[in-house]
Amino acid sequence: MSNYTVKIKVNGKVIDKEIESRWLLSDFLRDKLGLTGTHVGCEHGVCGACTVLLNGEPVRSCLMLAVQADGLEVETVESLAEEDGTFHPIQQAFANNHALQCGFCTPGFLMSMKNFIETHPVLPTDEEIREAISGNLCRCTGYSNIIKAVKEAYALKC
Amino acid sequence: MKPPKFSYLRPNSLLEALNMLAEYGDDAKIMSGGQSLIPLLNMRLSTPGYIIDIGRVEELKGIREKEDAIVIGGMTRHVDVEKSALVQEKCPLLTEGIRWVGHNQIRSRGTIGGSIAHADPSAELPCMLTALRGEIVIVSSEEEMTLSPEEFFLSYLLTSLEPNQLIKEIRFPKIKKGSGYAFEEVARRHGDFALVEVAAVLELDYDGTIADAKIALGGANSVPFIPEATEEFLIGKLPDDSIIKEAATLQLDELDPEGDIHGSKEYRRYLSGVLLERALYKAVERAREGVIA
Repeated sequence: MSNYTVKIKVNGKVIDKEIESRWLLSDFLRDKLGLTGTHVGCEHGVCGACTVLLNGEPVRSCLMLAVQADGLEVETVESLAEEDGTFHPIQQAFANNHALQCGFCTPGFLMSMKNFIETHPVLPTDEEIREAISGNLCRCTGYSNIIKAVKEAYALKC
Repeated sequence: MKPPKFSYLRPNSLLEALNMLAEYGDDAKIMSGGQSLIPLLNMRLSTPGYIIDIGRVEELKGIREKEDAIVIGGMTRHVDVEKSALVQEKCPLLTEGIRWVGHNQIRSRGTIGGSIAHADPSAELPCMLTALRGEIVIVSSEEEMTLSPEEFFLSYLLTSLEPNQLIKEIRFPKIKKGSGYAFEEVARRHGDFALVEVAAVLELDYDGTIADAKIALGGANSVPFIPEATEEFLIGKLPDDSIIKEAATLQLDELDPEGDIHGSKEYRRYLSGVLLERALYKAVERAREGVIA
């Protein structure tokens, strides 16, 4: 059984597809669903660029087989902005604070931070934010502006 | 980097998983969270014919309290242990050390059984389990047995697990009243594998002397190392500065860390002494504060 039929809810839409069991979730999202917002950097779980939410929790989509997500719910960066293009508060805060330069790592940061902000309703300390973003690498900006953006995202949500 | 072709099997019960292992064992690999296995597949360092995904085996999940131990199912995720109030109360060493396992994106998939079965010598869970003198319960379709960490961990990434066996649960002894604990680690970046790590539990007597000492070092040898002579040296002593400093360096000669680009053999050995000293101080302090009620 190297093929498998899965039912995965991706950004609210149920996808019913026969897939190869060896496909990584990241490749499934990008190559089969065309959701290329999820970026693939290291492909072995170090860089965090491919972070998506699985049943609301941040996971590395390169460290998961798509078949493992069968019956579960996946959210990618494409789910953040409104249909009319209005940014999610976290996206707006990143834009306002120059928290991205080339943007390659940004989808991973956004998805990690979406979960972090939802699960930490009280404004965290810089130290806590640093810990929270430690699973995502950014090679352009350094992290100071990202930390600023996370703090502003709290303000924008209110 | 894409995994090679394999057949994917997803049992819904432990019995089903064990039967699959009995049938395909030699050519099969158990996948729990996949956080170590998938990189190996991606890089094609591992090319099993069958992947048995135990992610839906509910019997292997959960945290239970027994009289003297916290029993954690092999398929229980790191994040569930990290957030467990029961673990925090009865075995806080685990709560402290598990935060060093990868990043939260890894801990939301990675499992306790997976970390133990992978047996990376610098991984946190094997070190903590060894320090606590815990037990690993393994099962096959024929039998169930309980092993000590010393019986289970054989060498780098090598355990005594047979192809037809899997980890059912892991027993972490509760930390006794009057004890203190500490987990100390140095890694190049937070979330990386440790250069060296130390887990320690010290029990103090009413007179302030050490009644019992349980220590393990990770990353220093091919398996977690129990410094037995150091433990014996500590028992019965009043843990003042000179005793702690002497204990911390007593067995450094017996450590045989691998040197690599992240740290030389000498540095790791030196670091072992530094971290052991810090761990002993912290454990003594916590025991005196009475953190375990």
